[in-house]
Amino acid sequence: MQLAFFTQGGKVVTISKQAEFWRGVKDTLPLILGTVPFGIVFGALGVNGGLSPLATLSMSLFVYAGSSQFVAAGLVASGVGAGFIILTTLVVNLRHMLYAASLSPYVQSLGQRWLLPLGFSLTDETFAVVARRYPEADDSPYKHWYHLGSALAMYSNWQLSTVLGIAAGTQLQSIAAWGLDFAMVVTFVGIVVPLLVSRPLVVCALVASVVAVLTAGMPNKLGLLVAAGAGIAAGVAAEHWRAEPTLAQEAQA
Amino acid sequence: MNEWLLVVGMAIVTFAVRYPPLVLVGRVALPRAVLRALRYVPVAVLTAIIVPAVLLPEGAFTPISPHALASVVAGIVAWRTRQLLPTITAGMGLFLLLRMLANGA
Repeated sequence: MQLAFFTQGGKVVTISKQAEFWRGVKDTLPLILGTVPFGIVFGALGVNGGLSPLATLSMSLFVYAGSSQFVAAGLVASGVGAGFIILTTLVVNLRHMLYAASLSPYVQSLGQRWLLPLGFSLTDETFAVVARRYPEADDSPYKHWYHLGSALAMYSNWQLSTVLGIAAGTQLQSIAAWGLDFAMVVTFVGIVVPLLVSRPLVVCALVASVVAVLTAGMPNKLGLLVAAGAGIAAGVAAEHWRAEPTLAQEAQA
Repeated sequence: MNEWLLVVGMAIVTFAVRYPPLVLVGRVALPRAVLRALRYVPVAVLTAIIVPAVLLPEGAFTPISPHALASVVAGIVAWRTRQLLPTITAGMGLFLLLRMLANGA
């Protein structure tokens, strides 16, 4: 077992790769609670909507992006073409670009053996967990093991709950009636609300909300893309509005 | 539709937004305008997924529902604690309770 020594608050602390790994697993457990029902619903939606059980599981294994899989399963059920679903997937998952970009400085010393799996397995949940660990003040050299622990815990849980959903799928004709899909909503609330730390971000959320409700009737979940675009534009614009009252106040003074 | 084309296409575009920025951003600078817009992407996309699911649970606008009440409580818990476990527990717990009451009544 390899150990690293580092100081934390003046004390010498030892930490092993294994300890980091299991801490990552442990800190991810609360999020697993939110994604198990979500995975079950995805598995059931996939097979009920017209995907084969193998394609449904493959989506979890190789795409591994819950919200876009969820949207895709719904679009498959309504008979939309693959090209449009892939485009929607791209837009729904664009936020991962930001996650990856903000973690990038912490993983520059790692080789491809690490970067490929860590990049592939980046989700809202793993980002929410590791984005707290990396900036912590201790200089543990094994923080990527923590990241791996979080990613593997979430990945295995996602596969397992997808399989459960596929197995239950044919029995659960109207799984939405169970309200299990609401677990995704609550998990995302827990991720979004702490992000609303500035006025432009609040403006972005408000505009995205209003536009999403107004465009909910659009076909093919197009409203999702329109609302996200409007929210981003509003957030960027709000950064400028902020400066204006100050100028006006100065002019008055 | 060819479902395998769909799975492969989705896998490629998803990997394409996750992996390259993880490797490159530490080394290559993105244009400032892109970085600025990217900052709003998670909030905009997640909100656009959540809000219709909360306010239009059955497809029609329903401002008062187990979904809406549980989401408001989850939002307050998330703001106060900044922790996911209490948020999910409070939100799901209240949601299931309200549904049980609504169905029982």
